[in-house]
Amino acid sequence: MLDQTQVERLEAEAVNSAKTRQPLYAARKKIFPKRASGRFRQFKWLVMAVTLGIYYLTPWLRWDRGPFAPDQAVLLDLANRRFYFFFVEIWPQEFYYVAGLLMMAGVGLFLVTSTVGRAWCGYACPQTVWVDLFLVVERAIEGDRNARIKLEAAPWTARKLVLRISKHAIWLLIAVATGGAWIFYFADAPTLALNVAAGTAAPVAYVTILVLTATTYTFGGLMREQVCTYMCPWPRIQAAMLDESSLTVTYNDWRGEPRSRHAKKAVAAGQPTGDCVDCNACVAVCPMGIDIRDGQQLECITCALCIDACDGVMDKLGRERGLIAYATLSDYNANMSLATAGGTTAVNPTLVRTTDGAFASSLAHFHLRNIFRLRTFIYLGAWSAIGLVLLYSLLTRERLELNVLHDRNPQFVTLADGSIRNGYTVKLLNMIPEPRTIEVSLQGLPGAEMNAVGIDIPASQSFTTVAEPDRLKVLRVFVRQPSAQITGIARTFTFRIRDQAGVESAEYTATFNAPETAK
Amino acid sequence: MSNEHIDEVSGVTTTGHEWDGIRELNNPLPRWWVITFYVTIAWAAAYTIAYPAWPMLSSATKGVLGYSSRNEVKSELAAAETAKVRFVTAIQEKSVSEIAADDALREFAVAAGAATFKVNCVQCHGSGAQGSKGFPNLNDDDWLWGGKADQIQQTIMHGIRFSADPDTRMSQMPAFADIITPEQITQVSAYVASLSGKVKDSSLVGPGAKVFEENCVACHGDNAKGNREFGAPDLTDAIWLYRSGETAIAEQVRSPKHGVMPAWLGRLGDTKVKELAVYVHSLGGGE
Repeated sequence: MLDQTQVERLEAEAVNSAKTRQPLYAARKKIFPKRASGRFRQFKWLVMAVTLGIYYLTPWLRWDRGPFAPDQAVLLDLANRRFYFFFVEIWPQEFYYVAGLLMMAGVGLFLVTSTVGRAWCGYACPQTVWVDLFLVVERAIEGDRNARIKLEAAPWTARKLVLRISKHAIWLLIAVATGGAWIFYFADAPTLALNVAAGTAAPVAYVTILVLTATTYTFGGLMREQVCTYMCPWPRIQAAMLDESSLTVTYNDWRGEPRSRHAKKAVAAGQPTGDCVDCNACVAVCPMGIDIRDGQQLECITCALCIDACDGVMDKLGRERGLIAYATLSDYNANMSLATAGGTTAVNPTLVRTTDGAFASSLAHFHLRNIFRLRTFIYLGAWSAIGLVLLYSLLTRERLELNVLHDRNPQFVTLADGSIRNGYTVKLLNMIPEPRTIEVSLQGLPGAEMNAVGIDIPASQSFTTVAEPDRLKVLRVFVRQPSAQITGIARTFTFRIRDQAGVESAEYTATFNAPETAK
Repeated sequence: MSNEHIDEVSGVTTTGHEWDGIRELNNPLPRWWVITFYVTIAWAAAYTIAYPAWPMLSSATKGVLGYSSRNEVKSELAAAETAKVRFVTAIQEKSVSEIAADDALREFAVAAGAATFKVNCVQCHGSGAQGSKGFPNLNDDDWLWGGKADQIQQTIMHGIRFSADPDTRMSQMPAFADIITPEQITQVSAYVASLSGKVKDSSLVGPGAKVFEENCVACHGDNAKGNREFGAPDLTDAIWLYRSGETAIAEQVRSPKHGVMPAWLGRLGDTKVKELAVYVHSLGGGE
């Protein structure tokens, strides 16, 4: 039944395994991940292409906003304090949209983690993606795992020097490109690209490129798995997100144990043998340097490459895939219980199989309904609620706003005819990239008239002014009320502004102050 | 050393120090750390040569780069002046009314004038230019010497009753205690008060009008509307420099007080005076 000759046993040791974990003051042992191939590797290539594509190409997308606003689809214009995202334009005071998006990202992470484990870590995290990219370069230049181990141990020859220099040079190129792409989010990309090339861009652009080059090169090329294990807080938090129904990369001991390198002998000796042939393929491909067969561990980013490696071996051996697979803790426990007869014996793989070698029907399998449970519904609910609130607020938000500051010194001025005047700083926010003619009017202050500094019109209840596109317009407005119509020392009234061409309007309730003697 | 001890867990030699069985590992500082440390020392030494650093008896070493924080402030101030030069030149060339008519220029002049005002004018006119007894409120629309921008500019340039300036605005109301009787003073005060409000004893108003006609119309005018030529206040409006009411008016008739404002042209210069005039004009009462 078994043909183990086809399976090469790899001399791989899990350097970060709990059993052999070194004291913290010991030097790091390098990891040389072997190339994996399979479904999950394919999927990771796809995710890498999409995420890197988004990162590098987004700043170059154009979006026409008319003559008064930049035409870059995604632009964080720090100098003018505007954030453009396709059809959305955000002013600094609307930054809560970003806060909302961050909350959605947080809750979304909870949702993903509680259903499919650390999928973020394994597939989409920039650290993972860039390390993957750097590993591609490393493999292309130095070869796969064994060649790299050999090269590492070899003395410094011309060949080693050339290989190492070219590897680091390409890494640095990637790092520069990474830092270089980042700055394009903050200024018009085509212009900035020319300026950067010509050496005329702002110093901050070069500093940013330099810093991000350094971090990309260090994190992606040199530190790699240490960033996840020692620097990132997420591995610590994830424990609270996972539960017994979360899918995690799991070694199924209940069919793998007892593992045996010499299964034929063991079978011949009448000993029970599991599916695991102890070939170490799962250890060799692991970028985190762990042995998944030790069970769930902090270091595991669930990149699923060990699943691909093991599936490949199982295929060769003609056994069912899934010795290492995405499984929930509850399914795993149920199957373990089956395999150990309720915990009374060591794992006995014959207990999970029928006499003809097929899996017993009583084995627990993952069902889609495991995803739909109270916890995920709460996360999904919170996530969608925040999203809907943001969307609603985005669709109904005002693009014309009014702020009024009442003069405090003096609060009021008595004029020659005995009437009382109050001064206001009126701020009109025209938040669209088009000029608008705004009508400013007074309501609720009998007999009152106003005029504005610099606008040459007779005092009246209303006047119009042109608000420049995408700008704040500040007016000094004087409101004056005849003494006969003054009713008290403080009276509230309303400033109202209206877009003459459109429907938008805004109001502000202000106070009109008068001396006690004016009554 | 023959008795060198090696720690079992880490494989590192120990220093030989031992406390109750606890040994100190002999882990030297990482080389990069030591190199960085020496580089910072070299940097510090070079820094003290390049920049002002070492205290001497009367001053400190100047540093070979010639840096000084005073010069830096100087150059920053010069840069700020250069940035303003476009506006300042325009203000020098234009009249105050032209400045007030230009949005950008007015905005600059108002901001600059406000700063000058806060240093030079608030002592008398108050921080909000609201004035107080004897010191005019500059926010209102009642002007002794005229509320057009150029009239305000004239007042600021040469002051009021400021003897050192020949062009100063000059006027003096006589002390009527020496000219008319106390009874007439009471009557004329009642008449003047009646022009803008109620009086206690309306029987005084008629005789008061007669006293006014005989003594006051020369400056304050037939209708008591005042005369800006002499800085004679309008007595019919709601604004009173020395308080309203018959008593306060009688006081001012008997022995008038006269405020003095210094001439500012020599101290502030033409540009700042213009900025101030535009600022005061913008406070709401400008004509």
